[in-house]
Amino acid sequence: METAKLDRPVYLDCAASTPVKPVVIDAMMPYLTEHFGNPSGAHRMARSSRAAIDDAREICAALLGFGPHEIVFTSGGTESDNLAIHGVCSTTGVAVCPETEHHAVLHPVESHNGRLIKVASDGDVDLEHLKTLLDGDVSVLSVMLVNNESGRIIDLEPIAELRDRYAPQALLHTDAVQAINWLDIVDVGRRADMMSFSGHKFGAPKGIGVLAVRNQVALVPQLLGGGQEAERRSGTHNTAGIVALGAALQSLEKSRKSEIDRLGTLNERLACGLVAAIPGCFTTIPQSKRAAGILQIVIEGIESEALLVLLEREGIMASAAASCASGAMDPSHVLAAMGMDRTLAAGSLRLSLGWCTEDWEIEHAVEVVPGCVEQLRGKS
Amino acid sequence: MSRVLVAMSGGVDSAVSAALMKEQGHDVTGVTLKLWGGPQDQGCCSVSDVDDARRVAQQLEIDHFVFNYGEEFDQHVVGPYVKAHAAGLTPNPCIECNRHIKFDALVSRAKKLGFDVVATGHHARIIKTDKGLRLARGLDESKDQSYVLYMLTAQDLSMLEFPVGEMTKSEVRALARRQGLRSATKPDSQDVCFITASEGRARFLSDRLDLHTADIVDLEGNEIGTIDAVELVTIGQRRGLNLGGNSDRTYAVQVDVPSRRVVAGSAQDLLSEDVQLTDHVWVDEPHIGPVQVQISAHGNQASACLTSDGNVHWVDARRKVAPGQAVVFYCDDLVIGGATAT
Repeated sequence: METAKLDRPVYLDCAASTPVKPVVIDAMMPYLTEHFGNPSGAHRMARSSRAAIDDAREICAALLGFGPHEIVFTSGGTESDNLAIHGVCSTTGVAVCPETEHHAVLHPVESHNGRLIKVASDGDVDLEHLKTLLDGDVSVLSVMLVNNESGRIIDLEPIAELRDRYAPQALLHTDAVQAINWLDIVDVGRRADMMSFSGHKFGAPKGIGVLAVRNQVALVPQLLGGGQEAERRSGTHNTAGIVALGAALQSLEKSRKSEIDRLGTLNERLACGLVAAIPGCFTTIPQSKRAAGILQIVIEGIESEALLVLLEREGIMASAAASCASGAMDPSHVLAAMGMDRTLAAGSLRLSLGWCTEDWEIEHAVEVVPGCVEQLRGKS
Repeated sequence: MSRVLVAMSGGVDSAVSAALMKEQGHDVTGVTLKLWGGPQDQGCCSVSDVDDARRVAQQLEIDHFVFNYGEEFDQHVVGPYVKAHAAGLTPNPCIECNRHIKFDALVSRAKKLGFDVVATGHHARIIKTDKGLRLARGLDESKDQSYVLYMLTAQDLSMLEFPVGEMTKSEVRALARRQGLRSATKPDSQDVCFITASEGRARFLSDRLDLHTADIVDLEGNEIGTIDAVELVTIGQRRGLNLGGNSDRTYAVQVDVPSRRVVAGSAQDLLSEDVQLTDHVWVDEPHIGPVQVQISAHGNQASACLTSDGNVHWVDARRKVAPGQAVVFYCDDLVIGGATAT
């Protein structure tokens, strides 16, 4: 397919994945080459790997608001979410989450006598409904901090209060995979018993993640074997990935505040530009309630699956709802839960920004997206 | 050079179609349709078929997309399939998929996306005649798929290409092997893609509609047996009538779902001189007079006359056509139209 001539693609899909930061590559490379020893071993080369993991664990603990023993390295967000839900929920236990959760939470919850919390049309959790779902049977309540499709920010505090009051035995888990870039995790996660993170959303490579677990939580391991991660997650450590995750977190910590300002401004410019230029286009979540890096818009009278093809031709990489196993776009369960008509929801588009996003990419998108929409609307 | 969208099912025919279009110098993009979310064997749209299509696209160095037409497929293919069985008809879901999904939803999206041509791996040909474009049988008679494409009008054909229509199946496979395409030796897809071999049609339908037992009567109306699910009986069916004795020579000659009754008779009783038709599609204009008629996807054609009221009158009486089946009209190799038996 012929594509527009640009120096590089306009990458507006950072909520899907980000490139690895150069500083992270520098940090991890020695652990792919010189220090390749298995950290569980007994010799010097094993110990050098082990030391790097212990360093990274302390960095993660400090920056995420947990103790070093509360950090469990996993393969990524999906594994962390599954470990959190399956690890604390027996076969008779009940798991609860909003209808808008990522499938990595939604499906495990559904497998544990799941109860789904309704959400309002603005994506916020329906607290009145949550109240009716909480009782002595609930083992775990999982609510994500930032929705991966809509960018909606959820305040955990009132949710934690309801948990304390109506299901004090229940553990509170939060999928913070998107939130890490956009919120002060130590502050917003202080009420959470477990938090999931994924390295490739913030400049580390794919295949590394964290489940942060408070000491008092009895976590049943889902992978049995060599007993790594204090018997909570067996499997040879991904040393380079763990080092990368630590380095990416440090880098993020240094730049988070300024990046939130920079990317929040670009997000607003993108939203205003598109809404102004495209008739029948609106944002699903207002600026004040969405994460700085995620913009979801809905465009009437088009199918986003077709729009994505045209955008790619113009050099713009973006996304709609979640992809299914085949790579096709599934209708958005998030917008459906927010009460949006299916036909309208089929025209949703997610543009997401990250550390690699530059101003000209936003300008290019504002310039090009309206024409693509017009092309789709113009011919029937 | 045209901008060509090739519908790639994951099978060898569409893979070779993409390869041929690329070879001709076109700007080729592949697309696989995700149609069915439920369990399935190999068909047009399982995850492993998408994998095969994507891998072939990678080998050919063309872009590949997956379009999700699951809802449209439910609405236009699966739903009507179930409804037709409930009414005692014998539907052909592949034809409805071609009519509503591949050559409607997909082609209309391709136009919006600026593609000049949509190509598929069907074994059929598009021929220029004095009267315009015509759909013709594929060169490989044993693989000809013009029957399931009868709904295409001359105007539809103007945007379509069937690159393997001029090839035999063995030539297609040989070309795929030469190019090292992953699907070179993949078996042809069989049967309805959304019904698995392990579960079967009866189970699929019983999950979606109430099946009813029915009386089997002879032509005089005498009760001679019962059958579990009248909705699954097709005219001409012999197996499953459970009549014992001479049942080998007894066929369902009439199916009446509302009265829960199947009339059984001999092969002779199954013969009819006419086929009543509805929902005609003509390649350009209605036709009256002698034609060749095909009544199933892999059946032979037979001589008939199209009557002024649009029905088929056989030259020699033939077995009844089950209501719901497609009946396609040919002049020589050319499709001139088709309709649905009532």
